[in-house]
Order: sequence, then C-alpha cells, then structure tokens
Amino acid sequence: MAIQAHEIEKLIKEGISDATVQIHDMAGDGEHYAVYVTSPAFEGKSRVQQHQMVYQALQGRMGEELHALALQTAVPKS
Amino acid sequence: MTEQTVQDRIAQEIKDNDVVLYMKGTPVFPQCGFSAAVVQVLNQLGVKFHGVNVLDDPALRQGIKDFTNWPTIPQLYVKGEFVGGCDIVREMAQSGELQDTLKQKGVEMENAA
Repeated sequence: MAIQAHEIEKLIKEGISDATVQIHDMAGDGEHYAVYVTSPAFEGKSRVQQHQMVYQALQGRMGEELHALALQTAVPKS
Repeated sequence: MTEQTVQDRIAQEIKDNDVVLYMKGTPVFPQCGFSAAVVQVLNQLGVKFHGVNVLDDPALRQGIKDFTNWPTIPQLYVKGEFVGGCDIVREMAQSGELQDTLKQKGVEMENAA
C-alpha cells in the first residue's frame, strides 16, 4: 500500500518540533522514499535515537505501508 | 516460542557473539537489498559476524523489532549494543565512524585501513 510524500512530511513535522523534511520518491511508486530530516530536537541524541524519533513520528507505518524509507537525520547547522 | 523466550534468545545471542546481524536471508545469500548492503560493508572491512536469518522464524522477525524498538531489518549489534540499520551502518562506514566504533570495542577487522 502506498503512502503520499506529503503525508510522510506532515507526520514527521507533527511528531518532531521544528523539523525540516526533504523527501524524494525514489521509484515513483509511493513506496520507496529517501527522507532527510533536520531538527534542533536531534541535538545531543545518537543517530539511533534520532531515527527512532522519526519512526515514532510515523506511528508504526514504517515496516508496514512504508517498506523502504532511506533515512538520514541531522542537527541543523547554525 | 513465547515472546519472552524470543527476547531472552536475542539477549543471549548478542552477548555470545561480538558482532551479530539480524537479516533477511543468510550472509552468503541475502534475500533483501538492505540486508545485502550491510553484509557487504562488514565483508569489505573483514569483520567476522554471526548472521541470523529472521525469515526462518516469524516470532524472531517480530521479536527483534520489539527488542530495540526499531521497525526494520537488518539490525546490527556490536558487543551487545545496537549500532543501527542499513542507513546508519552505511553512513557510519562512509564517514569512518563504524571503523572507529569497532576498533574501540576491540572487534577485529582484517581489512582495516
């Protein structure tokens, strides 16, 4: 089942404060996305914790509707 | 296996083996591109690892996701600690962080630069 890019963006932004989200639909099929998320909320968190925050924001869709989400996270450069 | 025994099995497995990769398929014959990518990274570094095929056991396939609160497979553990999935492992290997982590934890790399 496919999920729209703007839905992913909305969920992440709702879940993580001040997040900026860049999404690339890699195969054009609504199932394989590359997502780049930056947020000041990632400050001081390990990469695993940052990714867990994004997965949390996606509320269980990861691994279900979303088979492939290449995820990269970072703290915004000031 | 009940849920608790699966969790115990994982805890024991990552304690008994320095480097454990929970993956789809086997190290010789990965059945998912993401699992294959992590196998490739480990092989390039010459790291010996214990591969566990989650496709052999539905309880483990779900159990490993609950164990670390991580929704996807593959999952790499080094000395009992969750390092990451495919994206993190690849990113860390590119930046050299993975090599540093392995070195710090005393894991042997045959092809370390």
